[in-house]
Amino acid sequence: MKIYGVAILAACFLIGHIIGDALGRVFHLNGNLGGVGFAMLLLILLNDYGKKKNILKHETESGILFWSTMYIPVVVAMSATQNVKAALSGGWVAILAGILATAACYALIPVFSKMAKSKK
Amino acid sequence: MEELVKLLDKNGLVFAFLVVGIIMYAAYVISKKLTKSTIPGAAIAISIGLVLAYYGGNKGIASVPAFSGMALLGGSMLRDFAIVGTAMGASYTEIKKTGLVGLLCLLVGTVIAFFVGGSIGYAMGYTDAKSFATIGAGACTFIVGPVTGGAVGAGSDVIAISIAIGVIKSIVVAIATPFVAKSLQINNPQTAMIFGGLVGSTSGVSAGLAATDVKLVPYGALTATFHTAVGCLLCPSVLYFIVDYFL
Repeated sequence: MKIYGVAILAACFLIGHIIGDALGRVFHLNGNLGGVGFAMLLLILLNDYGKKKNILKHETESGILFWSTMYIPVVVAMSATQNVKAALSGGWVAILAGILATAACYALIPVFSKMAKSKK
Repeated sequence: MEELVKLLDKNGLVFAFLVVGIIMYAAYVISKKLTKSTIPGAAIAISIGLVLAYYGGNKGIASVPAFSGMALLGGSMLRDFAIVGTAMGASYTEIKKTGLVGLLCLLVGTVIAFFVGGSIGYAMGYTDAKSFATIGAGACTFIVGPVTGGAVGAGSDVIAISIAIGVIKSIVVAIATPFVAKSLQINNPQTAMIFGGLVGSTSGVSAGLAATDVKLVPYGALTATFHTAVGCLLCPSVLYFIVDYFL
């Protein structure tokens, strides 16, 4: 059943957030540290294990996949509920940071390709 | 009219599904018809969202009566839930094949984007550690930005900037990739994975690779998916502490 997949996703989400919350408390921060990342890692490992043991049913999987395809729409809703007026005062920050950060990452591609090739 | 607003407010989440669905449809039509799919539909949809938010209040469009449900659909709970779901698109065994170089790409790509983005924010007046971290995280992807901003407690205006940075990055990646693919030799799975890991914007990477060579899309998207996880893991924690220590 699809709900099994949604439940697995919910479990990963909550466990990830519990870990993130605990980390936040360790570092005396009023927030969740990397909870989403931990939840993702957990789901990746579970998914891998489930596929290896062949216990992951297609229906279960589709319950998780539904939510994964919902992420762009959710992000659209998120951007529609931000305080954009206040952000626009820093418009050039967004444009410059977006372009320069991308350029810096592009510049490193050949370096890593060479590294990967030399390893072979 | 008043009755309708009341009804829509009461069923806010359901109405939000409808609103976002319409935005997505419009965005994908614009992407296909006006830009020949060079600008990803997702990037256009997010831009439409940001424009709508501009006409709202301090909670964006959710400040407008009848649209209050958008705050629930776009709130941190459903957002994080959906993002965790995307991890299904990445396979552990595939990641292992790329080996340490792939892992290194993810780390270096995150750190470079974080500090380049954050430094530009710093140079332009966002000098506190929370804003530096949020703007830098936004330079990773438009997901890492708000996740980091929420974790460190940055203001909504800074979070909006971080989303804008991520959106601009995904547009730049989608448009520029086909043009630079040859000189950067993005023509094989391994380089595609390195590219995805370093650049990290999943929508930009998949759109950019689709315009370059469709066969490379899954490889680039695979590492790009992990980029968000690594960013969500490192930006609000280790990288934030480093910034907090120096600022």
